[in-house]
Amino acid sequence: MARIKLPTVLRPHTEGSAVVEVDGRTVGEVFSALVERYPSLESQLRGDGGLAVFVNVFVDDEDIRYLDGLDTPVGDDSEITILPAVAGG
Amino acid sequence: MVEPVTGAGFQGETMPLSYQELVAKAKKVISEIEPIDLEARLGSDVVLIDIREPDEFEQGAIPGAKLIPRGLLESSIPNAVPDPDTEVVLYCAGGARSALAAQTLQEMGYRRVHSLAGGFGRWKTEGHPWDVPRSLTRDQKIRYSRHLLLPEVGEEGQARLLESRVLLVGAGGLGSPAALYLAAAGVGTLGIVDFDVVDESNLQRQILHDTRRVGLPKVESARESLTALNPDVVVEAHETRLGADNVVDIMSGYDLVVDGGDNFPTRYLVNDASLHLKIPVVHGAIFRFEGQASVFSPYEGPCYRCLFPQPPPPELAPSCAEAGVLGVLPGIIGSIEAMEAIKVLLGIGEPLVGKLLTYDALTEDFRLLTVRRNPDCPACADEDNPPAIVEYDQFCMPAGSVARTV
Repeated sequence: MARIKLPTVLRPHTEGSAVVEVDGRTVGEVFSALVERYPSLESQLRGDGGLAVFVNVFVDDEDIRYLDGLDTPVGDDSEITILPAVAGG
Repeated sequence: MVEPVTGAGFQGETMPLSYQELVAKAKKVISEIEPIDLEARLGSDVVLIDIREPDEFEQGAIPGAKLIPRGLLESSIPNAVPDPDTEVVLYCAGGARSALAAQTLQEMGYRRVHSLAGGFGRWKTEGHPWDVPRSLTRDQKIRYSRHLLLPEVGEEGQARLLESRVLLVGAGGLGSPAALYLAAAGVGTLGIVDFDVVDESNLQRQILHDTRRVGLPKVESARESLTALNPDVVVEAHETRLGADNVVDIMSGYDLVVDGGDNFPTRYLVNDASLHLKIPVVHGAIFRFEGQASVFSPYEGPCYRCLFPQPPPPELAPSCAEAGVLGVLPGIIGSIEAMEAIKVLLGIGEPLVGKLLTYDALTEDFRLLTVRRNPDCPACADEDNPPAIVEYDQFCMPAGSVARTV
């Protein structure tokens, strides 16, 4: 199962969990499973025809924009990081 | 009765030699290098050592030479040149002291030592390049002694820091530790942009300021703290709000920007201006228990817009004032920004170019993510066409696009 690391800002939607483990062979499948479990996440992540522009997703520390996007394969021990843009200082 | 000293013991090789004879004898067993041959090899891997006294060195020396006065040569050389197969050139004022020194190094096992024929005097007369080395005062040598011990910094690096000009955007949570460490490290000029005044609610994390300074402009409070910490530092206060109308003017002339802003519009402004001016930006941002840091080096690595083409909607990006932040967090991220700034200024190590460091304080998890330069980045894809400097309203930023000059 892939491990998804969630930023603080999304944790209210996962009952406070910082890491969620779900099944899926691609990032897209993993996200579908994630949203199925925590439906209120959908509006936070989904944009026109895929992920919202402001959501950065990394599989094993590589940005999926430079891999295969939502089709990027996910292994059993993959770590998926959802990276928010934060501006505080 | 004490026996008078006679010449009986002085025979053959033990005959006393005059200074000139000693030097002539040394020159027979060492190798001399002609100035013209040395000039051709400057900048190669030859180690050049100036063995004169510091006061001679300070008036002019061959670029790249390391000062090790003759009296310290034997004790210092194992550290300065650990490998005896390294090619070493020694020079003094006229080529005599360096001939004797070269002979000693040979005896210590250095196999490829040369003495500069005619020394610095002939070098200079023949018109080879020389300059006045940057040097530190006595007080500075004490203050920065722990830096001087680091081969990666040394006197040359410290002098470079003292000549460096860094602009801090924001004298808040991130700007506080960054400014304090950069001032302590002897970064000679620190510009600070902030239009705010010190508020009591800042003091839980903004360690540049203190209770007595509540109500004072942050740039003034910062100046007091930084010059008290290190009188070598010149603080340039910009008590203004950074906007499209002034960002280029304010950033011009600085070697590097440390971004400790607290909102997206300022971060995009700083990014776009940095692309115009080709100034690297050390980036840091925090939220509650999470922090991020990176270095955006214009046209060499990704820019802020490569990473975040568009800011999130306001409900996903509340500010510290709305969402809270643990006071230590900016201390960690701001200190990382100071470290990155110094690495960039000194050209040492691997700054976070093309990397985003993320930190989660609750799980104590540091992670390095790879950030790539977006070949279609609306801001930095085309070096000849940097983005226009336009201020965006946080709430109505056009999706993934930037304004351009026509």
